[in-house]
Amino acid sequence: MSYQDIKYAISDGICENITGLLPELLANSCSKLTDGLIVTTELMFITVLLGGALAILAAMGRISPRKWISYPVAVYSYVFRGTPLLVQLWFVYFGLGSLGEAGLGPLWPYMREGWWVGVIVLILNTGAYVSEILRGGLMNVPKGQIEAALAVGMTRMQIFRRVRFPLAVRTTLPAYGNEVILLLKSSALVSTITVMDLMGQTRTVFARSYNLEIYFHSAMLYLVLAGIITVLFHLVERRLKRSSVIS
Amino acid sequence: MFDILKLGSEGWGDELLFGAWITVQLAIASLGLGLILGLLLAGGKLSSFPPLRWICHAYTLIIRGVPEFLIIMIVFFGSERMINSILKSMGFEGGYEISPFLAATVGLAMIFGAYSSEVFRGAFEAVPKGQMEAAKSVGMSNWQAFSRIRFKQMWRFAIPGLGNLWMVLIKDTSLAAVIALEELLRVAKLGGESEQNPLAFFAAAGILYLIMTALSDIVRAKIEKRARRGFVSL
Repeated sequence: MSYQDIKYAISDGICENITGLLPELLANSCSKLTDGLIVTTELMFITVLLGGALAILAAMGRISPRKWISYPVAVYSYVFRGTPLLVQLWFVYFGLGSLGEAGLGPLWPYMREGWWVGVIVLILNTGAYVSEILRGGLMNVPKGQIEAALAVGMTRMQIFRRVRFPLAVRTTLPAYGNEVILLLKSSALVSTITVMDLMGQTRTVFARSYNLEIYFHSAMLYLVLAGIITVLFHLVERRLKRSSVIS
Repeated sequence: MFDILKLGSEGWGDELLFGAWITVQLAIASLGLGLILGLLLAGGKLSSFPPLRWICHAYTLIIRGVPEFLIIMIVFFGSERMINSILKSMGFEGGYEISPFLAATVGLAMIFGAYSSEVFRGAFEAVPKGQMEAAKSVGMSNWQAFSRIRFKQMWRFAIPGLGNLWMVLIKDTSLAAVIALEELLRVAKLGGESEQNPLAFFAAAGILYLIMTALSDIVRAKIEKRARRGFVSL
């Protein structure tokens, strides 16, 4: 059984059990919406993880004293924050994609898949926004903390890993939580490049039934996802506060 | 590659610039409508009547948790259907078609209103209480004190937040391309398709968006500086 089959089995399993409880439109489109919900969740997992990793690297690059590192990173962040996500998605999918196999070589199998383009562009986009938040956090770490770390003989890397980064994460967590919710909402745009996420499935159901209600149901599901993200971040924040010694 | 982006009848340069002009118009129209909505919602949130507060908070919560794309789609398809069913119930013939520009303006203003209401609420609360007490002590009525003192002083707290929202708004206007409004992104897509060079057209659109956000950033800094003039922080 392939991974795709497992996903279908999950949504069929869920829908078999709840169709009786749902209004007709929702019962008919249940497996579609659940498929979409799974795709959106996958997209979120990958982009939050890799986008977060990229953001850490980019933030380190931004605060680097070496100009040949900090300038290119600043340009990357500026371009991705200064243009709409939809332009970025279409530029890569339709624009770079038009170069075809001849122009893209080994990248072509990925660039022609809406899914991979969506994943890559969302990672780059959220990486740019989150790196700005993180940079602010890193710059605001009290100087005394770094001096103390230097005084006990830590290296620059040790200071970053043990002192600067953990302190920055703690102060930027609420802003980062907002950013993840923005990412969830932006992820709906991948449906314009053929990805069948929750929004993509919703649009196909609407195109067939022409029943506007499906959009409201989908909106509810997005609200639930946003609610789950909010709760998760509250839990993490509370946990981090427990060990906080800085007032 | 640059020939197709030239101005005039041979190239698409003027079409793209006109698309950018539509984008600017859309952003400004949504800003106007969104500011009014945001002020009304902020008023509702600060009201002493609990149900009104709940409704306004619920509105913000819902809009903030639903993708902008979905909201634009609901407004575009929903408003047309609503207007037509109202027309029919009044005995008129249906078949009214809402313009994508209007639908996009309303959708974007609904989003801007939800976010800006939080900015306004914070700004109203940031005006020191002593200001209102002083206004009342010189004999101003409630309304006078509000309109002359609180409302005017609120802006200097609200402007930085509104500046951020404006940047988001400019970028969100590109969503209107999906409901076939011929703004910058849609023109770029059409041009790319007809000239079979989407790369050049989307790059050009991206650069025009960058110019718009960069100019906004400069204007924003100027306005913020002006709003801070003579401001003594406590």
